[in-house]
Amino acid sequence: MTAPTGDAPVTSPPRNPRAGRPAAALRHRLFWPALVLALLLLANLLFTPGFLSVEMKDGHLYGSLIDIFRFGAPLILVATGMTLVIATGGIDLSVGSVVAISGALSCLWVSGLADQQSAGGVLAAVGLALGLSLALGVWNGFLVSGIGIQPIIATLILMVAGRGLAQLITDGQIVTVNSDPYKLIGGGYWLTLPFGVLIAAAVLAVTAFLTRRLALGLLIESVGGNATASRLAGLRSRGLIVTVYAFCALCAGIAGLMISSNVSSADGNNAGLWIELDAILAVVIGGTSLAGGRFSLGGTVIGALIIQTLTTTIYSIGIPPETTLLFKALVVTVVCLLQSAAFREKAFHLRRRRPGAAPASADEKVRVPA
Amino acid sequence: MSQDILVTGKPGKPGKPGKAAGGDFGRLGDRRKYIPVLATASLLVAMFTVGGIRYEGFASGQVVLNVFIDNAFLLVVAVGMTFVILTGGIDLSVGSVVALSTMISASLVTGQGWPPLLVIPLVLLIGAVLGFVMGCMIHYFEIQPFIVTLAGMFLARGLCYTIGTDSIPITDETYTALAQARIDLPGDMFVSPSVVIALAVVAVAAYVLHYTRLGRNVYATGGSEQSALLMGLPVARTKIAVYTVSGFCSALGGVLLSLYMLSGYGLHAVGMELDAIAAVVIGGTLLTGGSGYLLGTVLGVLVLGLIQTVISFEGTLSSWWTKIFIGLLLFVFILLQRLISARRT
Repeated sequence: MTAPTGDAPVTSPPRNPRAGRPAAALRHRLFWPALVLALLLLANLLFTPGFLSVEMKDGHLYGSLIDIFRFGAPLILVATGMTLVIATGGIDLSVGSVVAISGALSCLWVSGLADQQSAGGVLAAVGLALGLSLALGVWNGFLVSGIGIQPIIATLILMVAGRGLAQLITDGQIVTVNSDPYKLIGGGYWLTLPFGVLIAAAVLAVTAFLTRRLALGLLIESVGGNATASRLAGLRSRGLIVTVYAFCALCAGIAGLMISSNVSSADGNNAGLWIELDAILAVVIGGTSLAGGRFSLGGTVIGALIIQTLTTTIYSIGIPPETTLLFKALVVTVVCLLQSAAFREKAFHLRRRRPGAAPASADEKVRVPA
Repeated sequence: MSQDILVTGKPGKPGKPGKAAGGDFGRLGDRRKYIPVLATASLLVAMFTVGGIRYEGFASGQVVLNVFIDNAFLLVVAVGMTFVILTGGIDLSVGSVVALSTMISASLVTGQGWPPLLVIPLVLLIGAVLGFVMGCMIHYFEIQPFIVTLAGMFLARGLCYTIGTDSIPITDETYTALAQARIDLPGDMFVSPSVVIALAVVAVAAYVLHYTRLGRNVYATGGSEQSALLMGLPVARTKIAVYTVSGFCSALGGVLLSLYMLSGYGLHAVGMELDAIAAVVIGGTLLTGGSGYLLGTVLGVLVLGLIQTVISFEGTLSSWWTKIFIGLLLFVFILLQRLISARRT
């Protein structure tokens, strides 16, 4: 998928012959994922008439939509970090392990407090867990940019060893805590909304501001496009890559706090299991190419929401839980096929014969993935 | 050895200047390629020696054979993974396909009473077809292997749970006979038929990779897909073939696992894809593709198996140390490969 889906204004005319046609909305990067999300919600509405209703109880908002956001918040967080990593042409497989480590460390710290209700102790636990997550992210970034190891293997190391580390921290036990301040992070409400959703929204807003209002996003994309060229152009590629991996691990660390706080316990073995795959999926469904060089935070959020809606749909429609994965595989395949320009051309015969054949054939050659 | 020409002729890793055109080029450079495999082999020997000194009864042939017996299925799966990784791809679906194969075998043999001689070929066919379909999607629709095989992983696991959520025991006579069969070797040692099958797969795969056209195409595609395409090599066929091989090997691994476990279960082989990838990497194959040996993969599987043996001999070490050790080993080997390739350029 080296060829862009053809959306951004920077795309040169020969590469996107259909730009500016009435069907421009169809070509928008977010069209297909948004369509899938809308269809999923519509399907839910057909099966459960009150699906979209949100009501107020005890000063909290309740409803399936709120649930989707609430349970999807950790995934949105992890996927946000993953988006930036993938934008630099990397990938981070270790987020699931970081989720487990962060949850394990904070729960262990909180469970060791004399007074589990003290906000100061919980804050210290949070700080400790996030600090360790950052350190793990810097380690990943160092392996990728300092030593020059391929990202998929560099983070595979921590993915494998991290699970062991998390179990080492909890001594193989499930650490349970009974702390109201800690419970707030993942299970509490604030201003009628689930606190986790607010955290995810805040992180997302800061990320969007830093990458889209400042030059940082452009710098990340240029590193992803060509790291060497960016360095020669005067960018500090290495520092950027380390930052991005550290940020991704930080997001995973926050998600780990949320997940462990939601169930008031830390399970080194199962917390955040396969969340890296879901996060990568969310990013790809959102239209960010794994080849790097460009990213879409909005797409990632839609992608994460699709995955969470899928899970909620499965429960609310009453699809037997055994077939959950089957259903997921189906949706993933459909979304990825719709995203694939090659598939759309072959399936819908969208490729038009154009008089100037030269650009078309050049396009053909460019598209061969190296 | 035209395959060596392909490998050393990769862009970014040229042989020594002036030797590229010669007939005996890169003798020194060629030998460096064996360093990762040699390092894995010496690690294996070192682990075995230390184990033999530390633990009573460790230094026996049967301990080594037991590593083979307990990891025969992983060996077969890792062979398939080696093909895929040599082309620069990745196959995340292997663990799920293994589980699906055990599940289909168990449900057909125990539930429907089908004869094993019919079930086993059917299971192998299903695995190969799954791999074929994934290969087609990867090549023709230009979707990342990571994503396609991830979907395949969900699909195969989902099919397992659709068949049944409980473990299905296999009580068929042929299966139990095969599972309990021992092939006696001199010196009071024995192996199971699974080991023989796994070694046969390794032998066939090594022949295919190093002595056939398909094998050379695999290395060429992994070295540089674009160059391979421009050279007129059948890249499409090669890429689809490796995923088919991987699917087939996973299904065969599943058959061996169902012999080992005598049951079919949707939760069998969870995370086996990581073990297989780790074995391939520890064996010295580059994940970027185009460089590596099947022998390395075999050694990688043995290293993983020996770590578990050491930990079980140690007795006091908890199971999570396995993961930490494997992580550390991965780090050391990747660092080593990095140093070697840095020196070469």
